[in-house]
Amino acid sequence: MTITLSGVSKVFGGFTAVHPLDLTIPEGSFFALLGASGCGKTTTLRMIAGLEEPTDGTIRLGDDDITRLPPHKRPVNTVFQNYALFPHLDVAENVAFGLRRRGISSVRKQVEETLELVELGPLAKRKPRQLSGGQQQRVALARALINRPRVLLLDEPLGALDLKLRRQMQLELKRIQTEVGITFVHVTHDQEEAMTMADTVAVMNRGRVVQLGAPDELYENPRSTFAANFLGTSNLIEAEILAVEGAELRLKAVGADSVLRLPVERCAVEEPRAGGKVLVGVRPEKISLTHAADAEDSDASGTIPEGSNVLTGRIRDAGYLGVSLQYVVDSPVCSEFSVYEPNVERDTRLTRGTEVVLHWRPSHTFALDAAQDAEAGTAEEAL
Amino acid sequence: MNARTQGPAPVRWLRRNAVVLAGLAALVYLLLPNVVVMLFSFNKPAGRFNYEWREFSTGAWTDPCGVADMCGSLGLSLQIAVLSTLVATAFGTFAAFALARYRFRGKGTGNALIFLPMAMPEVVMGASLGTLFLNTRVDFGFVTILIAHIMFCLSFVVVAVKARVMSMDPRLEEAARDLYAGPFQTFLRVTLPLAAPGIAAGAMLSFALSFDDFIITQFNAGPSTVTFPMFVWGAAQRGVPVQVNVIGTAMFLIAVAVVLVGQFTASRRRSRS
Repeated sequence: MTITLSGVSKVFGGFTAVHPLDLTIPEGSFFALLGASGCGKTTTLRMIAGLEEPTDGTIRLGDDDITRLPPHKRPVNTVFQNYALFPHLDVAENVAFGLRRRGISSVRKQVEETLELVELGPLAKRKPRQLSGGQQQRVALARALINRPRVLLLDEPLGALDLKLRRQMQLELKRIQTEVGITFVHVTHDQEEAMTMADTVAVMNRGRVVQLGAPDELYENPRSTFAANFLGTSNLIEAEILAVEGAELRLKAVGADSVLRLPVERCAVEEPRAGGKVLVGVRPEKISLTHAADAEDSDASGTIPEGSNVLTGRIRDAGYLGVSLQYVVDSPVCSEFSVYEPNVERDTRLTRGTEVVLHWRPSHTFALDAAQDAEAGTAEEAL
Repeated sequence: MNARTQGPAPVRWLRRNAVVLAGLAALVYLLLPNVVVMLFSFNKPAGRFNYEWREFSTGAWTDPCGVADMCGSLGLSLQIAVLSTLVATAFGTFAAFALARYRFRGKGTGNALIFLPMAMPEVVMGASLGTLFLNTRVDFGFVTILIAHIMFCLSFVVVAVKARVMSMDPRLEEAARDLYAGPFQTFLRVTLPLAAPGIAAGAMLSFALSFDDFIITQFNAGPSTVTFPMFVWGAAQRGVPVQVNVIGTAMFLIAVAVVLVGQFTASRRRSRS
């Protein structure tokens, strides 16, 4: 069922956790709220669950206004962070809890089926503390799913698991969501988790949704420095707009002579004009490196494709990661250019101190409003 | 080679078993008085005082109420202990929840004052309570003892339950509300079972404290209300009957039985699941 948040805000004392928020979560979708801790994503989730009352605004489930409904009257269930399993009840009774509270007495068959769905059948008589983290996570999921909620809310459901188990549970959650077909709203600070599972990701920062869209759309076409830095890594260069030529912007990077180009629709600034300042961005894996000597020699094999955006620099650091090679390049426009090269045709001359030419396609370039912090979202990613 | 395997055999044995020996010594120290009480419950004293071993007899065990007034005082003590435990546990639990969960004016003061009855010397508390009853012209007797006992038991219940409630994860109650449990169901199905160990500890403490309190009771009892500790004290002036040892031994054995049953069921529950 579709969830509609209209102008929903939450103020704790003098602190605004969530600024007036409009959000539509379509039926049957896997929707992720992504952001650093304290960005308001969990508060938003708790308001949908009814555990927190909005200061203002309305929450609707389908056509019903549920804003003032207490949590036990909402057809919505939550998988809590650290699971919040009842320690005094065994696995089967934990799972049956919701059904029993609604007056359903013959719960055995449903409990068995649900435990089967999360592959926990043989552990029905165990107490929560006798289970591993991954098993507890599955019990929490079963306890919520058995009620066939209209919407399932997941609050950092994989946060307490180790990396390998997390990867496995990501696929598992996606499988279960496809199988039961209900709307999942998933809160996480892990961009990889959000991108692998969700159909739609809402990136939140300081109580506001910064950008909303499909994972590839967010990654390929960020509209703010926070989105650009929080999801993956971005190289951002200060630049000035030289001219708008039809569907193309021509820019000059501050500190370099070369002209950079990009399609107008990849510029986040409304109505870009000549003379305006922007931040030009490009993802590290979109950039190719060519040895400076080859770039000057027009007959060499590693020539630069016609029409590429080109900058020069010197390699400060080179790292061999097996699957890829990571370089940090000093250039006049940006002191730390990150470049990831796939390990296909490795140029062994590219070592520390080598003069190189960086080049990438204009269609892989994006431009952001220069009137924002270029570093926004970089520190938060580490959380 | 390490320190444990060096030196002559007895020294090595001592090194290995030092902790066990220390533990046993502590147990002996704790239990020796009880053993003496138990032993002398089978004594047949020559005079009125049961302080010297004479000969073995089961006379006191076959006739435990053979001493005038003793079983009456025992009944009174049990009655007061049960009633004050019930009242103190109920009120103390409510107070503990209020202090642990809610914010209100005077919460800090309340938290500090709760410890006062535990810290204050019993003589002072008993005497001042007696003065209060005297000045408000309340008749000394069953009710005054009960009021006094509920008062000093309350602190212990509040402290025991509060510690438990503070350590409870508030998300468990949120999870219950999320799973269609209304406020009453949440309290009954989640909050109460989770707080139960703290409540049980508070109740057990209350019972033990009330049953053997002498000082405060002495200040607030009436002429016809003689509790078991008061009876023993009075008897000790004139000569202690063997039956006092019988009651003491029985109480000790009941307490041990309760602990053993508790441990047994807990371990069985653990191994079954």
